Amino acid sequence: MWNWFHKLASPPHFYRLAGIFSPWMLWSSLILIAIGTYGGLVLAPADYQQGEGFRIIYVHVPSSYLSTMIYALMAVTSGIGLIWRIKLAHAVAASAAPIGASFTAVSLLTGMLWGKPMWGTYWEWDPRLTSELILLFIYFGYMSLRASFEDISKADRAGGLLAVVGVVNLPIIHYSVIWWSSLHQGPSIKKLDAPSISGDMLWPLLLLIAASTLFFGALLLYRVRAEVLDREHNSRWVQDLLGEMPGAG
Amino acid sequence: MTPRKQRMLTVGLVVVGVSLAVGLALQAFQENLLFFYSPTQAIAGEAPEGRKFRLGGLVEEGSLTRESGELKVTFMVTDLKNTLPVSYEGVLPDLFREGQGVVAHGYLQPDGSFLAEEVLAKHDENYMAPEVAELLAEQGHPVDGKPAGPAKN
Repeated sequence: MWNWFHKLASPPHFYRLAGIFSPWMLWSSLILIAIGTYGGLVLAPADYQQGEGFRIIYVHVPSSYLSTMIYALMAVTSGIGLIWRIKLAHAVAASAAPIGASFTAVSLLTGMLWGKPMWGTYWEWDPRLTSELILLFIYFGYMSLRASFEDISKADRAGGLLAVVGVVNLPIIHYSVIWWSSLHQGPSIKKLDAPSISGDMLWPLLLLIAASTLFFGALLLYRVRAEVLDREHNSRWVQDLLGEMPGAG
Repeated sequence: MTPRKQRMLTVGLVVVGVSLAVGLALQAFQENLLFFYSPTQAIAGEAPEGRKFRLGGLVEEGSLTRESGELKVTFMVTDLKNTLPVSYEGVLPDLFREGQGVVAHGYLQPDGSFLAEEVLAKHDENYMAPEVAELLAEQGHPVDGKPAGPAKN
C-alpha cells in the first residue's frame, strides 16, 4: 500500500499513469455530459413554478458542487505537500486552482442569470452568495500568491498555507443556507432517500454531477502532466522523454 | 518530535486556530448576518428602527390587492404567528405569488405597516412537474405555503 503510494508520488510514474487515464476519462465524461444534458433539457419536465427556467440547475449545481470539491482537494493536497514535502501534491493543488476558479465563476454567473427573473435581482448580499464569492477571491488570491514567487518551492509553501487556511470557508458555504435566514433555497438533495426534487428531474442532475467530476479529473490530469514537465524540465527522465520524441533534440 | 510531526502539528494548529477565530467572529456578527427579519421579530422591535431592513415571510393567501391602472400593490406577510401589511410600487418577480416566500426590503412605517422599496421572491427547495404538483394538491398535500427558511428564531 505505502509502496504503491510512494510510487504514485514519483513524477515520472505519475506522468505515465496520468497519460494513460486522462483520454479515457475525458471521452467518457463528454459522452455522459451529452446524455445528462439531453435528459435535463429534453426529457425532464418543466418545473411547476419556475417553468423552463429551472433547467439552469443542470449547469449551476454541478459547477457549484465542483467549486467546493476542487477547493477541498486543493486544501488536502496542499496539506499533504506541506507535511510530507511531496512536490507532486503541490503540483496537483496548483493545477486544480484555475479549474476550480472557473467552476466558481460559472456557478456565480448561472446563479445570477437565474436570480434576475426568479428572485427579482441579479445579486443580493445573501450569506450563500457572499461566501461563494469569497471562495472565488480565495482562488484568485492563491493563484496570484503563487505567481508572485520566482522560486517554485517557496510558491508551494506559501500557496499551500493559504489553501489550508481558506478551507474554513467550505463549511460556511455549505451551512450558510441552514445557519442563517437566506434568500438562497436550502439543499434539494441533502438526503438521497427523500429528495425534494422529483426523480425525472433528479437523474440527469446526478449524472451531470458525476460526469462533470470526471471531466474535471481529466482536465486536472492534463494540467498536472504539463506542470510536472515544467517543474522537472532539467531532470533526466524529461530529457530522455524529449529525446524519444520524433523531431526533438 | 520528528520534523514531519512538527509540520503536521503546525498545519493542524493553523486550521484549528483559524476556524476558531472565524467561528467566534461569525458568532459575534450573528445578528448582522441575519438576511431578513420575520414579522414577529419586526413587531417585537428586534429589527433596526428608522433604518432599512429586510422582512421575510410568506405572502398570505388572498391578501394581495392591486390598485387598478397602477403598479402599486399591498399584501400581508406572515410567519404563521404574526402578520404585517406591506405596500410596494414596482414590478414583482416571476416567483411572487400568494402562499410563497418573499423578502421585502424597506422601512417599518410609524403606523406599523411596511413600505417596501424592493420585493424579492424566495424559492423553496421543491422541484417537480406541474402535473405532480396538481396531484399532490388534490390529495391534500399543498406544496405551496410551506414556511420560507428558518423563521423559527
